Amino acid sequence: MTATRRANLVATAVLSFSMAGAIATLYAIDHTRRAAVAQEALYVRSSTVLRRMSLGYTGLLADIYWTRAVQYFGEQHHNGSSDYRLLAPLLEVTTELDPRLVPAYQFGANFLAPKPPSGAGQPGPALSLMKYGIEHNPGQWRLYYNLGFLYYTELKDYAKAADAFAQGAKLPATNAFMPILAARMAQHAGEFDTARMLWRTTYESTKDPLIRDNAVQHLLALQVDEDVTRLEQVVENYREQTGRLPSSMGDLERAAFIHGTPADPKGRPYKLMPDGRIEVQDPESIFFITKGLPPGAAPPQPLHQPPPESK
Amino acid sequence: MNSRIGYIAFNTFREAVRDRVLYNLIAFALLLSGAAILVGEISIDIERLVVVNLGLTAVSLFGVVIAIFIGIGLVSKEIDKRTLYTVLSRPVRRWEFVVGKFFGLTGTLVVNTFLMAIGVLLALLYVAHKFEKMDAWVLVALYFIVLQFLIVCALALFFSSFSTPLMSAVFTFALFVIGSLAEDLRGFARITQGVGGWMATAVAYLVPNFSALNVISQVAHGDAVSGRLILYNSVYALLYSAMAISGAVLIFQRRNLK
Amino acid sequence: MAAIEILDLEKSYLVGFWRKRPKLALRPLRLTIEEGEVFGFLGPNGAGKTTTLKLLMGLVFPTAGTARILGLDMDDPRVKSQIGFLPEQPYFYDHLSARELLNYYGQLSGLPAKGRSARVEQMLARVGLSDSAGVQLRKFSKGMLQRLGLAQAVLHDPKLVFLDEPMSGLDPMGRREVRDLIQQLRSEGKTVFFSTHILSDAEALCDRVGVINQGELRGVGAVAELTAQTRGKIEIIFHAPRVPAGLMGLGAEARLSGDMVNAVLPEEQQDAALEVLRRDGLKLISLTRVRRSLEEYYIQKLQPAEGRKEEDRKGVGA
Repeated sequence: MTATRRANLVATAVLSFSMAGAIATLYAIDHTRRAAVAQEALYVRSSTVLRRMSLGYTGLLADIYWTRAVQYFGEQHHNGSSDYRLLAPLLEVTTELDPRLVPAYQFGANFLAPKPPSGAGQPGPALSLMKYGIEHNPGQWRLYYNLGFLYYTELKDYAKAADAFAQGAKLPATNAFMPILAARMAQHAGEFDTARMLWRTTYESTKDPLIRDNAVQHLLALQVDEDVTRLEQVVENYREQTGRLPSSMGDLERAAFIHGTPADPKGRPYKLMPDGRIEVQDPESIFFITKGLPPGAAPPQPLHQPPPESK
Repeated sequence: MNSRIGYIAFNTFREAVRDRVLYNLIAFALLLSGAAILVGEISIDIERLVVVNLGLTAVSLFGVVIAIFIGIGLVSKEIDKRTLYTVLSRPVRRWEFVVGKFFGLTGTLVVNTFLMAIGVLLALLYVAHKFEKMDAWVLVALYFIVLQFLIVCALALFFSSFSTPLMSAVFTFALFVIGSLAEDLRGFARITQGVGGWMATAVAYLVPNFSALNVISQVAHGDAVSGRLILYNSVYALLYSAMAISGAVLIFQRRNLK
Repeated sequence: MAAIEILDLEKSYLVGFWRKRPKLALRPLRLTIEEGEVFGFLGPNGAGKTTTLKLLMGLVFPTAGTARILGLDMDDPRVKSQIGFLPEQPYFYDHLSARELLNYYGQLSGLPAKGRSARVEQMLARVGLSDSAGVQLRKFSKGMLQRLGLAQAVLHDPKLVFLDEPMSGLDPMGRREVRDLIQQLRSEGKTVFFSTHILSDAEALCDRVGVINQGELRGVGAVAELTAQTRGKIEIIFHAPRVPAGLMGLGAEARLSGDMVNAVLPEEQQDAALEVLRRDGLKLISLTRVRRSLEEYYIQKLQPAEGRKEEDRKGVGA
């Protein structure tokens, strides 16, 4: 083999080996750095300074901070952490750099307010963020939606929620559900259909996989809550009619109060408890449910969920 | 064979020094002393922060600029201007030339960085009046900056092996900027779906990862740098440089010199 | 042994912006250079001389064919320690001094450290650069660079030396020096292969020449033979107040300058011409055979061979 051939062979081998090695090392570095990145992101909290440093490329910098916010939340969630203290500042910096980055507000509405571990548990900053967003994007119906959503889900202030939906409903190109939601807030705020409409609207108004997944979980929970409420009412009806509690689902079926075996959205049959309550099998597997739980149990929260990588 | 690489490396170093590259140190020294004195006047308890941030950022940026211009100047120009004709007519293998140039370039930068480091430490001493334990991490940051230079030099050589002096400089600088945002790029890539996602991931992993090599803010606040990171970064820089240099060798082996 | 054996060495480039077409810089070249000879490679600018040299040096890769240098394959790295190269209009490292450059090149050529600096000084003296040995090369004139180029070409005492237009940019003094150097190399038994478009140099120095044009070798011949062929004419120079009448009848071309006549006439008329002079009592100064000049051979060979089509020729060049 000529000297040139040999040199080429060696060089190719070195090239391939080092490329593979470099990428592998990169994975390792990323692992070590995960926590560090978000921290670093906030060494500069002042957006004025950031603005100057970015040499005018504020849009790009905003996008970068936005990605970091999402990554940060996803990582913390994945690690089962309840500490999301950097989320609010990250979102604040993002929106200060680019007030028109609508997805940031949506993300804030969905994940800043709810209590840990599904969110940062900071409804106050979430509210200011929404108001800031509306101030800078008065024509964006989504932001009014987010504001109403916030009032409805976390703050339970149905009057203000109705207000927000109504204002959003007035905008051109608004979502068809806005006026309906506004109307329902007034009288049917606590009903399943209202909540369902809300979460469905959330699901459809965004492409963000985290938000969508969250909405789906809530919709499933609503289904369960509704099912359990209905089934418990059926049990009550049976008791009124027969004077005793049914001993099993079979009783209810034979008495034609139900058809078939009722099952939860995951396909598992509901359990009839001796005291007449309905419970779900394996309550930990369906999140956010408020009914169908053993007495004294809190609504299960999603933990150790890997962030949805790609759909 | 090895001695030829050494001769080429030394000659590259000598050429760079005589080309007055070290004069950049004067500008650097002026900048740093000015800042140190200014900050000393203000004295609101962030002197250390400013000196470390400014000093290390200057070392990093000056160095990258030098690496690019000397790298391009010494290699691209040499190929362009037929200085190579008489060198390659001697029993010098083409790959020895590339590797020798690399060592000469990085050697120049190491010397340059060393002198700058002394400047930074002196400025630090001036504003803080004494060294603290956490100042040791500044040395780690400097070490990372040297690793950064290794990669930049390797890239400059890689582009020089087939591109004109101007384009080599542009490409290398572009990769430096992109590489500084590499972590964010990987973040983008993870969120993107479909073909775009695949492409973004490929690019994000092939681009040099300068973001992990920048621990300047960290050490400015006196935080420690994990030993594991030091190890990984060293390995990464070595592997990445090896990759770029072997790429340069492969291209250069076949190149028809005009 | 043959110093250089070129076997169908060929080089074509792809030119054009969108659709690349091949352009033949060197047609398959077949040439052998013997050891110890001085060979001149003649041709106009762009004929392919430099391309050939670059191919032999391994600076450019052939599209086809190969060559053997000093018995070794041209890719063999051992070749390089036996050859020296002076490129056209050489350019070196600006910031080194002549001495430093030669020392560096000596290192690269593998000269042992022990005798290296002595050898460097010797080379500097040989090309007349001893006085400027410490001056940085960016201050060197063209002629000085050329001389330094020669020095680096022979620094390591190679058996075979390649020179590309070694006389270019030199004043008459410089050219004389280069000529002397080449003569010296020859007497040392070295093989010299140089390219030039100055014929008088080739005629004076070379054992053999090759003429190349438009990428094609048009002819090779020994200088002695090519110039020895007489045209069958003789030239006589003699003192006379005017051209003797008797000479004209012999088919002579004569010229009078001052009191000297210079006449060229057919070889067969030699005796008759001398008779005319004797009869008129004219004094003969010299009588020589007219030599054919290299120039004629050269110009003749520049023309393409018969039968080559016009389009064919157009596709060649470098």
